[in-house]
Amino acid sequence: MTLDLALFLVLALVAVATAIGMLLSQNAVYSALFLVLNFTTVAIFYLLLGAPFIAMSQITVYAGAIMVLFLFVIMLLGADALPKTQVLPWQRPLAIFLAVILAAEGTYLLVTKARPTGNILQPEVTVNTMDNLREMGIVLFNQYLLPFEVTSILLLVAMVGAITLNRREKRERKS
Amino acid sequence: MHLSETVNIGFFFLAPWLVFFPVIGLLINMIFGHRFSETVIGIVASLASGAAFVVSVLLAWSVAAGGGEAMSVPFAQWIHIGALNLDWTFRVDSLSATMMLVVSGVGTLIHIYAIGYMHEDVRFKNDVGRFQRFFIFLNLFIAAMMILVSGDSYMMLFVGWEGVGLCSFLLIGFWYEMDTLGRSSWANSNAAKKAFIVNRVGDFGFLIAGFIMFYAFGSFQFDEVFKQVHNIAPATIVAITLFMLVGVAGKSAQLPLYVWLPDAMAGPTPVSALIHAATMVTAGVYLVTRSAPLYSAVPQAQNIVAMVGAVTALFAATIAAGQYDIKKVLAYSTISQLGFMVAAVGMGAYVAGMFHLITHAFFKALLFLSAGSVILGMERGHHHLAHAHGHDDHKTKQKFKKGKHAESKEEHHEEEHGEVFDPGDMRNMGGLRKTMPVTFWLYMIGTLALAGIFPFAGFWSKDEILLDAAKAYPVAYYLLAVAAFFTAFYMGRQIWMVFFGEARHAAAAHAEESPRVMTVPLMVLAALSVLGGALNLPGVHTLTNWLEHTVTLVEHEGQVASWLDVSWGGLNPYVALLSTVLALLAIYFSWLIYGRNPLKAGQIDPLKKPLGAIFTGMENKWYVDEIYQAIILTPYTKISYFLADVIDWKFWHDFVHETVIAGTYNWISNIALNDYADQKGIDAFANWLGTATQSFSATLRKVQNGFVRSYALSVLLGVVFIIGYLILK
Amino acid sequence: MISVPVNYYIILSAILFTIGVTGVLIRRNALIIFMSIELMLNASNLAIVAFSSAIKSFSGQIFVFFVIAVAAAEVAVGLALIVEIFKSKRSIDVDQMSSLKG
Repeated sequence: MTLDLALFLVLALVAVATAIGMLLSQNAVYSALFLVLNFTTVAIFYLLLGAPFIAMSQITVYAGAIMVLFLFVIMLLGADALPKTQVLPWQRPLAIFLAVILAAEGTYLLVTKARPTGNILQPEVTVNTMDNLREMGIVLFNQYLLPFEVTSILLLVAMVGAITLNRREKRERKS
Repeated sequence: MHLSETVNIGFFFLAPWLVFFPVIGLLINMIFGHRFSETVIGIVASLASGAAFVVSVLLAWSVAAGGGEAMSVPFAQWIHIGALNLDWTFRVDSLSATMMLVVSGVGTLIHIYAIGYMHEDVRFKNDVGRFQRFFIFLNLFIAAMMILVSGDSYMMLFVGWEGVGLCSFLLIGFWYEMDTLGRSSWANSNAAKKAFIVNRVGDFGFLIAGFIMFYAFGSFQFDEVFKQVHNIAPATIVAITLFMLVGVAGKSAQLPLYVWLPDAMAGPTPVSALIHAATMVTAGVYLVTRSAPLYSAVPQAQNIVAMVGAVTALFAATIAAGQYDIKKVLAYSTISQLGFMVAAVGMGAYVAGMFHLITHAFFKALLFLSAGSVILGMERGHHHLAHAHGHDDHKTKQKFKKGKHAESKEEHHEEEHGEVFDPGDMRNMGGLRKTMPVTFWLYMIGTLALAGIFPFAGFWSKDEILLDAAKAYPVAYYLLAVAAFFTAFYMGRQIWMVFFGEARHAAAAHAEESPRVMTVPLMVLAALSVLGGALNLPGVHTLTNWLEHTVTLVEHEGQVASWLDVSWGGLNPYVALLSTVLALLAIYFSWLIYGRNPLKAGQIDPLKKPLGAIFTGMENKWYVDEIYQAIILTPYTKISYFLADVIDWKFWHDFVHETVIAGTYNWISNIALNDYADQKGIDAFANWLGTATQSFSATLRKVQNGFVRSYALSVLLGVVFIIGYLILK
Repeated sequence: MISVPVNYYIILSAILFTIGVTGVLIRRNALIIFMSIELMLNASNLAIVAFSSAIKSFSGQIFVFFVIAVAAAEVAVGLALIVEIFKSKRSIDVDQMSSLKG
């Protein structure tokens, strides 16, 4: 048992626990917070895998921006637990059953079919953040320039859309 | 073209015009007749018939110029099926030329006469528009008769045979909605039907003969048949000739198929003269003469023919002596004279028969037409009276009639122009000698010719027949001699009743003579009746020589009595003397009974008391019609009704058609197919399809429950399955 | 030093993904569903990065970079939509939004 493996196992446990916690929590705010924790764990995983930039952007964007947005909306809409109804009672057991099967299938597929060679990079190699970041920048702005620009437009569109969706209703109400 | 060349070639090519001229005449009258005046219609028709006569003359001359040789003039192909080859070919030889001349010659004279007769007749019967139709039919008759006499095969003859039968029907029933007295009745159409149907019986016999002939000889053509006569078994020929005799009996009014001819007097008098005296009824005699080779080969058949003719002659003569209608007397006289002709040709005396045919045509036509003149004279008188005296005349009439029969009562109550007054009843006539002199003399000439008084035409022809009968067939001779006696008797009776004595009816007293258009043709006929004997005078024998080119005469061999053997150029003085004495005796008797004490109005026939039941039999035609009615017609009608009502209507229609067929069909279509197959079967299936689809879709619709979660679940389900499949593959 | 085999990361990714799927299917709160979707995205990102480091290629990381960006955009629009629906339906229960029921 190396340090990496122990670390990995602990973090994996935390990730799964927080995910399940998010799933089962009745309070929406608790679910959001669980998810934040999950994201953070995944960010650490990224670090372990030698992708510091991704880790940082994960924390910044996902945990920092997206979850905050979620929390804003939860606050807007109320975090009350929904009243219990019994619509589609058969759905939950079936969903869980199928999900388990999916997990098994997915694992099997990915493990047997996708055979990556070699181990992961040593952390010492990639913990040099400047090198990873520089490499990433070079690749991003040379080979992947077009997707980069398109993504920026995408973000713009999303922004405009989000704003427009709310503004339109106000105009209708006034007229 | 030089005349000599014409003589060599001859006018044979004109043969088809024998038929064409009358057809053209009838077509012109049919298409344009309604625009013509009566005179023009009559002239067109008479010219057509006259043109046919001119053609006949030319053809006869061509035959004579050619030495009597027969010529065939092919005209058109008709039937060519298998072994049967029938063409329309004209045969011009001495026999057919003779017939053509008689038919067209007498026919033309009658056409001219009819112009005047029909002019008055349509006016007495109040239908002026029917004038045109009469001449169309008359021309049609001439055309059909020409086809008959000019055909060169038995079938072509039959075509003409049927054609004249049709024209006879059309013309007898000319006034189809009336009876002879002008009352609305079925009588005339029944008479026409009777003629046609009885003729049909005869035609049936002719056809059977034709079938046997084709079977035995393989052909209908005269030449073909006559060539092979010796090769065929005599029994077959007997069969052929006897069946042909049935046809002759029908067409030439012999026993037992003569019953139509007296009824045929319902037609206008020119019809009676032309068709039922001179031409159509002689077709049978022509047929036998034409078939001379056939008959000469089978003496048994000849015997039968001769006997039929002789018996008919006597039978009809007895009936004629008891008739009161002027035309009926002449009708039975015709039957009797036809009996003479048929007996003659049956005995093998073809020339004698044809000679009598020709002379009979002359004087019988003359007699009929004169009778027509008499009838019209009576009508004119009646008309004159009705107009002049208005309603007073019924009183005048009462003076003359003693109301002895039902007719007079009707005449009392229904006094209209000639409605129920019978202009043909001899009992109404009398003393017409004074009011209609021309007609009287013409009638006298005809009577003397018919009675066989020297030197009129009838004497020569009848004498030849009697001579041949005396030589070969003594039984026939006795029958014919007695018939000749009766002939003279009833003709004398007629003369005394009609022309002598006092008028028994006011109409007779006021009778008027006929116009020249009617009397002039009669004069021509009278001249022919007087001079007609010249055709075959003993010693000269023009007709014999003429006909011998076509008809081989068989000289009767065997022992004859010495007194019969005396021959003054063909004439035996004893026979001639005997027949003349008989005739004069008969006329004397008739004078004793009818002439010496002329009948008064309402007086019954003087012969009635002495002869009693015999005279009643003669009066009533020996009840032959009644016998036919009882034996044949009534059962036949009963059978027809049975077949029609029970078998056809009740069984076939009601049961088989309605119940069985229609019922089954209805059951099949309504119940089996409609209810079960269609509604319960196909409809049910189709509806089931619809409902099944509906319920299936209703079930499927539950998938769309609107819940996103379940949609997502189904996506997951799909993913799981696909991945599973990929793994397992 | 024995590194962590890639398979472990894969298994973890699969488990996280499955949990995300379960969350989408089970929860009725629209926001929770959305969050589960993000979880799924994350799980797949993890798998991609793990593979990319196993084959020593940068493409995986670049791809994840873009995924994060798109996820951000998607969340923005999605949340705006949820707010819209809340304004008309007064509830964020997805079971309430069954007007497409056939």
